[in-house]
Amino acid sequence: MTNEPFGPRPRRMLDPGRIILYSVLIVAAIYYLLPLYIMVMTSMKGMPEIRLGNIFSPPVEVTFEPWVKAWDTACTGLYCEGLKVGFWNSMQILIPSVIISIVIASVNGYALSFWRFRGSEVFFTILIFGSFIPYQVMLYPLVIITRELGIFGSLTGIIFIHTIFGMPILTLLFRNYFASLPMELFKAARVDGAGFWGIFLKILVPMSPPIFVVAIILQVTGIWNDFLFGVIFAGTKNFPMTVQLNNIVNSTQGVKEYNVNMAATILTGAVPLLIYFISGKLFVRGIAAGAVKG
Amino acid sequence: MKSIEIKDLALSFGDVKVLEHLDLDIQDGEFLVLLGASGCGKSTLLNCIAGLLDITDGQIFIKGKNVTWKEPKDRGIGMVFQSYALYPQMSVEGNLTFGLKNAGVPKAEIAERVARASEILQIEPLLKRKPSALSGGQRQRVAIGRALVRDVDVFLFDEPLSNLDAKLRAELRVEIKRLHHKLNNTMIYVTHDQIEALTLADRIAIMRGGKVLQLDSPHTIYNHPATKYVAGFIGSPGMNFLEGTLTVGDKPVFDCNGQQIDTSRYQFDKSTNGANRPIHFGIRPEHVVAGRDAAEQPFNTEIEVEVVEPMGSDTLVWSQMAGHEFRFRMDGQSTVSPGEKMPIGFDPVTASLFDAETEIRL
Repeated sequence: MTNEPFGPRPRRMLDPGRIILYSVLIVAAIYYLLPLYIMVMTSMKGMPEIRLGNIFSPPVEVTFEPWVKAWDTACTGLYCEGLKVGFWNSMQILIPSVIISIVIASVNGYALSFWRFRGSEVFFTILIFGSFIPYQVMLYPLVIITRELGIFGSLTGIIFIHTIFGMPILTLLFRNYFASLPMELFKAARVDGAGFWGIFLKILVPMSPPIFVVAIILQVTGIWNDFLFGVIFAGTKNFPMTVQLNNIVNSTQGVKEYNVNMAATILTGAVPLLIYFISGKLFVRGIAAGAVKG
Repeated sequence: MKSIEIKDLALSFGDVKVLEHLDLDIQDGEFLVLLGASGCGKSTLLNCIAGLLDITDGQIFIKGKNVTWKEPKDRGIGMVFQSYALYPQMSVEGNLTFGLKNAGVPKAEIAERVARASEILQIEPLLKRKPSALSGGQRQRVAIGRALVRDVDVFLFDEPLSNLDAKLRAELRVEIKRLHHKLNNTMIYVTHDQIEALTLADRIAIMRGGKVLQLDSPHTIYNHPATKYVAGFIGSPGMNFLEGTLTVGDKPVFDCNGQQIDTSRYQFDKSTNGANRPIHFGIRPEHVVAGRDAAEQPFNTEIEVEVVEPMGSDTLVWSQMAGHEFRFRMDGQSTVSPGEKMPIGFDPVTASLFDAETEIRL
């Protein structure tokens, strides 16, 4: 009997395409996971074991001493209170910055997509242009501006800076998302007597959790990982975690405590990592929902 | 009493003039349909009446009040959109009550109005559902309900049935007509579908390029189109047009490539001025009689069948007459085949004659 095609097409378990695909994926995964593996292993070894030089081997004697030291007693410059100071500083910078920038940017995006005014397109273009200018160019003027405002070297100062620099990308994000919503919805709400804030708060915000999640992730990772603005605008007392991490890792005195450095780095990276793990799915959905559509 | 009065309305976006010198009076309880091809300004006009677009010039009165500068909510209108525009995160009830809550209507009255509207539209079982759990027809019903609870004098419909499939569209069309009979509100209905326009309207305003070409009852628009554009736009399949000359002797005769049609039975709107002139002679496919009865018509001739389109209830035949494409409608039961010779005839009184240059009805 000839093999006439009939019914579902038979699937080959291992066709060449699959093999190539999976090998590439596995190599890529190893490439990204290897440094993390070394960091975790090193952070759980004692200094004598590290000096043996077997960076790939797991610790013979597991110790959490370096983690405790990194959090509690490691020296960041003059003070030896560990990273915990930086952690709380970062939180104090992060939370208000994220909330304020997202609130303002979402209203911006809403106004730019639904309440078009004369010149709103030009305004939007200028705003977007702002996101292409390298930060370094604006540092000196901003130092002067914050000094004149009397907020240089304070929490208010650094929050102000983060809010400003979050504005272009966040406004773009919200404007594009709101622009993808049907205009008729907005018209219907106007006929129903809802005003500027009524439409925004009662109709649009409840429709937009995915894009708010995207904005939160962008801002949390961006602000948490920031080093430059923190070191310039926050003032010595308010140095964020990244700056203190740098002070620990780059200290030029004494023995290089690789295990403490590794633990400190993982601790600092833990917050954005956690955010990604928790909201990864929502993030992808939000990106697909609005961020890419122009 | 006039329900809506539009005086010398104009709207332009920059240099682009969308509406110009537009005057429109709509009587109380009238069902007016704005009909036109896309881009003719019909939806724009509706948005101006609703107050969703700021006009450039002119005035709008609703119920005798000048609402030109009023917000949409203060104009006494309810609006239904093509895409339903239901608030997705609210239940059906939330959608119906949103406007009333914004207006600060007392709770007891809100409940009463919602109950009444949902009874009229038969959406009571759906009140607790979200719009995403409704079918297209149900959604549009809720959208109509949202206009209904506002208890307003004027309903504005912006192509409300265009997103529905053909069967549902026909059902909801009848329902809208029933609703109009029941409520007797003024309704303005925008559509590009001539069937909707002809079936629903008390009067139809045919629009083109931001102007109203003709404002008349469906009967008049169908039988006495004022311009060639209107004649060609209304009716499906479209009117047949023959180009030729009108000769005015002791009786008017239309001559098209040698084919003579006696038009003395035709009722001219204007005097023909005694001069011969080029004209377009229009005759609707459904006014042509084919077969044996053709001989009884004041004008008859013979044509050759080219293409036959059976449509169930009737059959459309494509042929040529005097060098022009000529379509006519036959009974669905008749058997015709291409190549057949066939006698046809019509009464010139049902025809429409247009000046070749101005395209205005003679």
